[in-house]
Amino acid sequence: MSTLHTVNKSPFATQALVSCLNHAKPGDAVLMIEDGVYGGLGGTGLTDIIVEFGKNVSLYVLSPDLAARGIDAGRLAPGVEGVGYDGFVDLVTKHDRTQAWL
Amino acid sequence: MSDVKKFLYVNRKAPYGTIYALESLEVVLIGAAFEQDVALAFLDDGVFQLTKGQNTEEIGMKNFSPTFRALGDYDVQKLYVERESLEERGLSEDDLIEVVYEDEDDDWAEKPAIRVISRAEMSDVMAEADVILSF
Amino acid sequence: MSYQLNGQTIETDEEGYITNLSDWSPELAEVIAKEEGLEMNDERWEVVNFLRDYYDEYQIAPAVRVLIKALKKTMGPEKGNNKYMYELFPYGPAKQACKIAGLPKPTGCV
Repeated sequence: MSTLHTVNKSPFATQALVSCLNHAKPGDAVLMIEDGVYGGLGGTGLTDIIVEFGKNVSLYVLSPDLAARGIDAGRLAPGVEGVGYDGFVDLVTKHDRTQAWL
Repeated sequence: MSDVKKFLYVNRKAPYGTIYALESLEVVLIGAAFEQDVALAFLDDGVFQLTKGQNTEEIGMKNFSPTFRALGDYDVQKLYVERESLEERGLSEDDLIEVVYEDEDDDWAEKPAIRVISRAEMSDVMAEADVILSF
Repeated sequence: MSYQLNGQTIETDEEGYITNLSDWSPELAEVIAKEEGLEMNDERWEVVNFLRDYYDEYQIAPAVRVLIKALKKTMGPEKGNNKYMYELFPYGPAKQACKIAGLPKPTGCV
């Protein structure tokens, strides 16, 4: 049993991503969408924390939201993977439930 | 009923700055008619929804904190509150309103509905839900 | 829509629920009931007063099943049942009793 978590806010604006990571269980996946994709960046004040959580939880960003914001996939933190809309759907079907962090 | 699912309403927003908290409560009240296993979770700023002594008279908004006390009538018997979220905000269980329900299996004895649990226990509650509705 | 009482106009929404809850008075309840084709009597007042007390305490009008369950507890099974409630308020306790009690439409009532 596992959960797909979605986060749609920048971690520099709200607690959503940190709270999500604090509640996610090993084997869960976290997909960052909309402004949430800023949480997937390398070289930020949060990168170390996110990489650390990434050891137990799979981390994804939605590529169209990344592209819209002019961020190259090369800027992502290690362990963060870009997925398209089809990948989003795959993640939803792969997990038992989806939990949105607003 | 064979098809009872566990619904968890996750509340993470303070009560009056946005409409999330009130909307959540309304969905809970409407959803209660479907006789599912309903629980509410309060974490992060969501714990502010349950504080005692709210008075909205001068801000022109409805004080909906008394409505949480009606949830027992709607067969909602579990309000999980995260201890770490309370502590981070300088709050304790004593700062929260009292919510009770009547236990059908125990001669309708009144029991507290609010259960303060740890962050790890909150993770478990979330992982055991069939459906999570986020507000 | 609106109601007339002692030369005053009381505003309502399009379904006849009063807009400003503080406009309510027992006299207005009689006027609304008449509009609904009902005459207020002790039994109807019992339900209307119960609804007002419930709203006062919880800030919501209870769903019908919650109302009936609560009446069963306080007034016994001969009053706390659907049949009795619909005899008093043929178009439904939520629609008619809440309207007469000056409360908003119960949450989840369509």
